[in-house]
Amino acid sequence: MRMKYVLSEVLVGLWRNVTMTIAMIITMAVSLFMLGGSGLLYQKVGDMKDLYYENVEVSIFLKTDATEEQVDALGQQLEQDPLVRDSTYVNKEQAYERFQQMYADAPDLVSAVKPDQLPESYRVKLNDPEQYKAIYDKYKATEGIDTIVDQSKLLDKVFGVLSGFQNGALAIAIVMAVAALLLVANTIQVAAYSKRREVAVMKLVGASNWFIQAPFVLEAVVAGLFGSILGLLALVAVKVLAAGSSMAALEGLITPISWTDIFLTFPLMAAVGGVVSAVTAWVTLRFYLRV
Amino acid sequence: MTKTYPKASRPSLDNVSVSIEKGEFVFFIGPSGSGKSTIIKLLLHEVTPNKGRVVVNGKDVTSMRSWKRPHFRRSIGCVFQDFRLLPNRTAYENVAFALEVIGKTKAVARRVVPEVLELVGLGGKEHRYPHELSGGEQQRVAVARAFVNRPLILLADEPTGNLDPDTSIEIMRLLDRINRTGTTVVMVTHDSNIVNQMRRRVIEIESGRIVRDQARGVYG
Repeated sequence: MRMKYVLSEVLVGLWRNVTMTIAMIITMAVSLFMLGGSGLLYQKVGDMKDLYYENVEVSIFLKTDATEEQVDALGQQLEQDPLVRDSTYVNKEQAYERFQQMYADAPDLVSAVKPDQLPESYRVKLNDPEQYKAIYDKYKATEGIDTIVDQSKLLDKVFGVLSGFQNGALAIAIVMAVAALLLVANTIQVAAYSKRREVAVMKLVGASNWFIQAPFVLEAVVAGLFGSILGLLALVAVKVLAAGSSMAALEGLITPISWTDIFLTFPLMAAVGGVVSAVTAWVTLRFYLRV
Repeated sequence: MTKTYPKASRPSLDNVSVSIEKGEFVFFIGPSGSGKSTIIKLLLHEVTPNKGRVVVNGKDVTSMRSWKRPHFRRSIGCVFQDFRLLPNRTAYENVAFALEVIGKTKAVARRVVPEVLELVGLGGKEHRYPHELSGGEQQRVAVARAFVNRPLILLADEPTGNLDPDTSIEIMRLLDRINRTGTTVVMVTHDSNIVNQMRRRVIEIESGRIVRDQARGVYG
C-alpha cells in the first residue's frame, strides 16, 4: 500500500510540473551524454596509447658516409643497452622498399629517389617508450649518427588533441551537471511547496521522515534515470551517424568504439544521474521542509 | 523550565514548572504573547527548552533526537484554530490520510475512520469536502483526525478561535467526551466563556510566568 502511495505521488509530482520535469530531464541527458562520451574517450585513449606506444620506434639515422665499423659498433652498443628491447638494422635497400610502400600513391616521388639517397638506420624499440630522452642523450654524440627521430613525439600530439576533446567534454558535462542540479533543486522546491499542506499534516501526525521525503527524492531519481536513458540514446545516435559519415575514414587510425563499450557506460551514467539527483533532492528538502 | 527564542529580549516561558496528570483536562489561558502557545510547541517537541526538562508520557523528551520525533508525535493528537485540513480531500480522506501516512492499511482505515467520524457527530457527511462543511464541522473533522490514532494526549491550540459561541460549545462537548475516554486534553485558549462553563483546571500565564493554577477554575 505504502509503496503504491509513494509511486503514485511520484508520477503525480512529475506530471504536475511537467515543463520543469522536461527541462530537468534534458539538461540531465546532455550532461550525462557528455560524461559518457568523455568516459568513452578516456577509455579509448588509454587503449590506443597501449597499442601505439607498444609499436613506437626510435629511428637512428646514420650519416651516408658512416663507416662499417661505426655501424657495427653502434649495433653492438644498442644490443647491450638496458633501455633497448630490440633493435633492427635497416640498410639502404630495405629503406627504399619501405619508402616505396609508404609513398605508393606518389609514383613520381618514388621514381625520383634512388636507394643510394636514403640513409641507413637502426629501428630501436625501447623497453619504456618514455625513455626516449635518455637514448637521445646517450647516442647523439656517437660517431656516424645523423639524426635521432622519435615517433612518440608525433603520437604525443595526436593524444594531446584527443585528451583535449576529452577534457572539453568533461568540462561541458560538469557545467551542464551544475545546471541540472539547480533545476532539480528548483523542481523539488516547487513540488514541496505545492504539497506543503500535506507535508505539514504528515509531520503533525508523525509520518516518518523517509515517508515524507521519499516521493520527492524518487521524483528526482526518476528524472535522473530518464536523463541517463536519453543520454545513452544520444551516444548510440552519435555512433550510428559517425559510422556512416566521414568519421568512418578514421576507423583505421582510431580503434572503433564498440557497442559493448557504449552500453557499459550506461550503468555509470545511470548511477551518476540517479545519485546526484537523489542527493540534491534530499539536501533541498532538508533546507526547505526541515524534515 | 525556561524557553527563550533567539532574538527575543525576554524568555517566552520563564522558570515555569507544570505537572499534568494522565486523564486531566487543562486550560492554559493568558493574553497574546504570554507564552501559552510555546507550551504546545514544547510538548510537540517543535522547540526545546533552554533550561529544564520536558517529560511526556513518562519519557524525558528534552534531548530527544529529531529522528525519533515522528514516532513520538503519534502519541499526541493536535487541533488548531485554522483546522489545517487538506482542501482536496473529503472528510473521510482527511482522517484516513493521517492513518495511512503512519503506515496503517486501507483496511484499518475503512474500519476505524467511520467510527471516529460518527463519534464526532459527522455521520453521513464523510464524503463532503472541507469547503462543503461549516467551520464547526471542519473542526470536528480535525478533532476526528487528531483522535483517530487514539493518542494519550490531545493538544488543542485555540480550537474555538474561529467559531461562533454555540459551535464553540459543541466542540467543547466533543473534547470533554474525548477526555472522558481517558485522554489527557491540554487546551490553549482565551475564550473566557468556555473556560467559565467547563470548570476545569486553569493555568494562567502572563509574560512567561504562571500567575495562577486553579482546579475547577474560571477565566478570572
